[in-house]
Amino acid sequence: MAVPALDALYFLDARGNVIMSRTYREDIGRDMAEVFKKSILENPQSEGTAPVKNLGSCNFLYIKYGNVYVLAITNKNAHAAMCLNFITEMARLMRGYFGSFNEDAIRNNFVLVYELLDEIMDFGYPQILNEQVLKSYITQKGTKVGDSGASGPSASSVNMMAVTGAVAHRREGIKYKKNEVYLDVIEDVNVLIGQQGSVLKADVQGGIVVKSYLSGMPSLKIGLNETSFLQNDSTTSKQVEKLAGRGRKIDLDDVVFHQCVNLTKFKSDNMVTFTPPDGEFQLMKYRATENLHIPFKVIPNIKDMGRSRIEVRVNVKSLYAPRLTAMRLLVKIPVPKYTAKARFELTGGKCKYDSATNMLVWKLKRFPGQENATLFADVELVSTLKERKPWAQPPIQLDFNIPMYTSSGMQVLYLKVWEKSGYDTTKWVRKLTKAGDFSVRCR
Amino acid sequence: MSSSKDGKRFFNTTAKKGEIHELKQELKTPDKAKKKDVVKKVIAAMTVGYDVAPLFPDVVNCMQTDDMELKKLVYLYLINYAKTQPDLTLMAVNTFVKDSLDPSPLIRALAVRTMGCIRVDKITEYLCDPLDRCLKDSDPYVRKTSAVCVAKLYDISPELVEERGFLDNLKDMISDANPMVVANSVAALSEIHSMSGKPVFELTSQTVMKLLAALNECTEWGQVFILDSLVDYSPKDSKDAESVIERIIPRLQHANCAVVLSALKVILKFLRFVSDEDFKGPMVKKLAAPLVTLLNTEPQVQYVALRNINIIIQRHKEILQNNIKVFFCKYNDPIYVKMEKLEALIKLANAENIDQLLLEFKEYSTEIDVDFVRKSVRAIGRCAVSIAESAQKCIDVLLGLIETRVNYVVQEAVIVIKDIFRKYPNKYESIISTLCENLDTLDEPEAKASMVWIIGEYADRIDNADELLETFLETFPEETSPVQLQLLTATVKLFLKKPTEKPQEMIQLVLSNATQETDNPDLRDRAYIYWRLLSTDPEAAKDVILSEKPVIADDTASLDPEMLDGLLANIGTLASVYQKLPDTFVARVRPAVQLAAGDFQAPTLDDGGAGQDPARAEQSAPVPDMPDLLGGLGDLEVSAPAPAAAAAAAPVDLMGDLLSLDVGGPAAQPAAQPPAGGSDPFGLDSLGGAPAAAPAVATQEPSLPVLLTVEKGKGLEVSGRLERRQGQVSYELSFRNATQQPLDGLMIQFNKNSFGLAPAGALQVPPIAPGASQRTSLPMSVDPQAATPAPAKPVLQVAIKCNQLGVLYLADSVNLAAVLMEDGAMQYAQFQQVWVKAPAANTQQQQLSSGGKTLEGCVQSLQGSGLFASGSGAFGAHLSGKFTLGALALVEVSAPQNGLVQVTCKSQRVDLLPLLMAHVGKALA
Repeated sequence: MAVPALDALYFLDARGNVIMSRTYREDIGRDMAEVFKKSILENPQSEGTAPVKNLGSCNFLYIKYGNVYVLAITNKNAHAAMCLNFITEMARLMRGYFGSFNEDAIRNNFVLVYELLDEIMDFGYPQILNEQVLKSYITQKGTKVGDSGASGPSASSVNMMAVTGAVAHRREGIKYKKNEVYLDVIEDVNVLIGQQGSVLKADVQGGIVVKSYLSGMPSLKIGLNETSFLQNDSTTSKQVEKLAGRGRKIDLDDVVFHQCVNLTKFKSDNMVTFTPPDGEFQLMKYRATENLHIPFKVIPNIKDMGRSRIEVRVNVKSLYAPRLTAMRLLVKIPVPKYTAKARFELTGGKCKYDSATNMLVWKLKRFPGQENATLFADVELVSTLKERKPWAQPPIQLDFNIPMYTSSGMQVLYLKVWEKSGYDTTKWVRKLTKAGDFSVRCR
Repeated sequence: MSSSKDGKRFFNTTAKKGEIHELKQELKTPDKAKKKDVVKKVIAAMTVGYDVAPLFPDVVNCMQTDDMELKKLVYLYLINYAKTQPDLTLMAVNTFVKDSLDPSPLIRALAVRTMGCIRVDKITEYLCDPLDRCLKDSDPYVRKTSAVCVAKLYDISPELVEERGFLDNLKDMISDANPMVVANSVAALSEIHSMSGKPVFELTSQTVMKLLAALNECTEWGQVFILDSLVDYSPKDSKDAESVIERIIPRLQHANCAVVLSALKVILKFLRFVSDEDFKGPMVKKLAAPLVTLLNTEPQVQYVALRNINIIIQRHKEILQNNIKVFFCKYNDPIYVKMEKLEALIKLANAENIDQLLLEFKEYSTEIDVDFVRKSVRAIGRCAVSIAESAQKCIDVLLGLIETRVNYVVQEAVIVIKDIFRKYPNKYESIISTLCENLDTLDEPEAKASMVWIIGEYADRIDNADELLETFLETFPEETSPVQLQLLTATVKLFLKKPTEKPQEMIQLVLSNATQETDNPDLRDRAYIYWRLLSTDPEAAKDVILSEKPVIADDTASLDPEMLDGLLANIGTLASVYQKLPDTFVARVRPAVQLAAGDFQAPTLDDGGAGQDPARAEQSAPVPDMPDLLGGLGDLEVSAPAPAAAAAAAPVDLMGDLLSLDVGGPAAQPAAQPPAGGSDPFGLDSLGGAPAAAPAVATQEPSLPVLLTVEKGKGLEVSGRLERRQGQVSYELSFRNATQQPLDGLMIQFNKNSFGLAPAGALQVPPIAPGASQRTSLPMSVDPQAATPAPAKPVLQVAIKCNQLGVLYLADSVNLAAVLMEDGAMQYAQFQQVWVKAPAANTQQQQLSSGGKTLEGCVQSLQGSGLFASGSGAFGAHLSGKFTLGALALVEVSAPQNGLVQVTCKSQRVDLLPLLMAHVGKALA
């Protein structure tokens, strides 16, 4: 049986010195941070290796955030995925508390950090990492014991119900003057295009982010355009075809939901029903690989012109509807390190050579649908007599935002809010497609 | 924000030293707000590693407060310093007990939680009553905290938990209405279950139903606890398994990947109990999507997921066969993620997707990271070997890569092409010419050896094979031994295939080089064999050297099924990441032993370094520095005194003759000699008190233990025991013939065993008349090199054959005294050094009966069993010994109390520890 516990948590600075730590069990030595520093951080061989390591009877799991290492230590066969996930969530929680997560933030809030470490983990078992709930009783102001007593014992036990109960994500008694809910469908398109312009690999990582500013205990229901994710039931897919007039049918490979969504209900009724936590949260994440709309077609042509010149030709065509516009389209074309200068001919936008990243950065502020843009660059290399190492041409990268467009075809058909007091809600639904890892191979 | 300014202020002020006194004064202030400020300063000082223990009474005085923040700070201080001031900690008990009755659930829980973290016996005693109360508290927050506290208490004192019946409380709490209470109780029970090694927590189908009900409601972490505990449940039948799987399937949609992995683990286990194929098939398909989603996380988590995927697809390749694209590497993936993705791609390769994969591998082979590129090239080779249809395509890609002329790519390609040739002999040799064009780029031994092998193997098809080999031969003496061996063989092959003048010259050169110029025995011996073969019978040489070689197999499914089962049961855990079973990296300590160890070390800790033996104090902090550690014991062994090393190196069968020499050896370490070796029949103060050092008695020895009874031995009774005399192991055997006929032609054979024991000569037994007995002593040789690999087993399997009865099998246990060498004595200083450096994993501790002896008596009996007294430390007598395998045996025996002694054994061979412990136990009894 796996023991799901870890023994200690450390916050270390970039050089491996301890900023703060909390030991949950006595089983390990005190100087493990020193061992970590000496044997892992300062060991050149561990560069680029996995962040899960075993030294003797001790196991080190770590993630680096900016200039802070968060290190978990255990001497048991702990749940590795859980430990790493816990670290990630903890960093997110502290960012929520302090506004940022770095060395200074930890040091400046040391009392609060200790308090949180005591609450989020007990004897090495993760307990609760929900920011909203924790903020209800672990505050920066310092609660007076009398406070909770004054508002009656019921208040504090309701409070505690939230910590342990099923609706851990929302507390009672939230009030807003104006009830608003925002729904953002955000998609990252990951595409790999071969040198002939063929799509080698494409997927969309989508998510729906909800910002809820709603009073009371509302129940929300969202209708998405028919997804054929749960096709095992043949009758529903037939119905889908009948209803095809309403929105494009999309194929989702997988969907994961925030814990507020009733998973069992989604399985039976294919409906996303939930009581949202207060504020912003990610309602669902999904992945699609079939029937995608790839927003751009890119054809690169990079030629070596002798020893000291390269000719770069890149053609970009937008494939979405003409009424849509991509904002801030960046085309980043890697060039050799020993590039001296580059001369450009453009049909639109601006281009410059960035010597820090060794890239030609071509920027188009607005790029409407169904248009073409071409870049021609004459790249001059520093001339040298030495034989150069063959240059491995990295792929061209694209970066863009396309509002009101989803690459997967995901649409929100309706959003219903129900609360027992029956207030009116202002609802906003937005869509955005961003470049995830959009690369084009040049060889 | 005011508090962040606060923080800065505290750290700035505590940077100065010598403030303890100042703080002490300040803590006396009656002003509450100021008092809190001062305590914050104290905690800040603690954080930066400044010792604020002297303030203990003053800080504890602040504990009685209605300010929650201040209370938490004081509690935090207590957790850190209670151990240093166990007596003063008692001052806090009253407040703790009072807090555990507070109307606020937050404070009640805080009190119980903190008390559980203070590992001071006095506090623990007082913890039981509040804990008992809080386990039944009306508030779920208090109950969930108390549940964890039971596990804490069990870690300190299992007896108390059992006495107070807290385990039953925990079991009741599985039915609690609050899901988080259920989850924490399950976590606590699971841990206690694995700590105690006793069946504390048995899952029944009712419990499982309760857990599944709670699963829907609790936090993500609680879901992990519950799912992990379900792995140990064995479903009643196929239907039971199906229903559990159905309930768990929705978990695969959870955003937390730990939940998904744990759910996968349970589903994969339960699927094995499902007999209905119509259920199984679709279910396995449903696992694909969640697995792929795991890759959509931070790289660190992705890595853990990929390691697990690589385990899962070894059992269920079908799950992801159609999803290979998700494993395509992104340009900016960290290298450790890329490597795992590549491994998954290799495992998923089949005849349908190979075209796509080859395009990818080719792409990766042009990237920058050298290790990744090499692995990509190897991937192409592995696909060629495992998928016969694709071999030609793979070779085409490899040839393309060779044309890039990138040094390491070419070398790697040559290595895999050699494998392809071995798998498909005489099929693709047309590409040899391309390979030959790139000879000059090869500078790594493996690539060179591969190329030389290819030239030798196809010497008859390569027109200029002799010239090519000659270029290599020019540097023969400087090459590494794998290359030299290949060169030798290749030259011989060339000569056999083209027995012309030039190869003849070459072969003479190589053979003389390999026999005279080298000190590598492998190379020399191989050269001599070839030489003799060639000079006596060239035709036979041809048959031997040019014979057909066995075809190599693909090794992509590398884990054996048992190991795979073990790993599948550990999905998500560190074991799955390392792809090692938990036992191999987790120090297993039984609770009784652990408790004893705790008691044992407590005084040292309290003394805090001022103790008598600083070296021992250090020992309680395990693993000071890793790389050193692993080699710790080994290093010291090398630096052992020269005479001992010399004696060990002497061939075993010469030991008898070297007796006089041996005597000089240990004499160099008189300090290590036991004073109690007085009964040595030779009067030599040398070989310690090994029992075998009394050979004069041997002939009259009354009886040997019976190994094979008359019934089992078809009428032959065999008794025997392993003995050690003057550095020589012998097997004392006695045969009694209970048949009606004389028995003759006795022969003996040993199975391979853990200590490399084998007969050094033939069994010399005259024919045994009916009813008569014969006694003999069989000399044994010890070759640690021939020993079976770890773990060591104390079993010796023997086969005895005689003309009348055929072969008889018997199993004897190895008498450890026979394999402990005479030069096991150690200087005490050296002993201490090794003892302290030994990692915790290489230690075993146990309480043993002293057999009513005093400490001196115990040491004496141990000296009689192959161990040597080395000295005595604060905790008892120390003895050392050395196995024939080269491993050290270090033993510590405490002074007997109530007829029990605390025995600690250490050795660099962990697997020998249980044997050593048993041996010590036998000697003491």
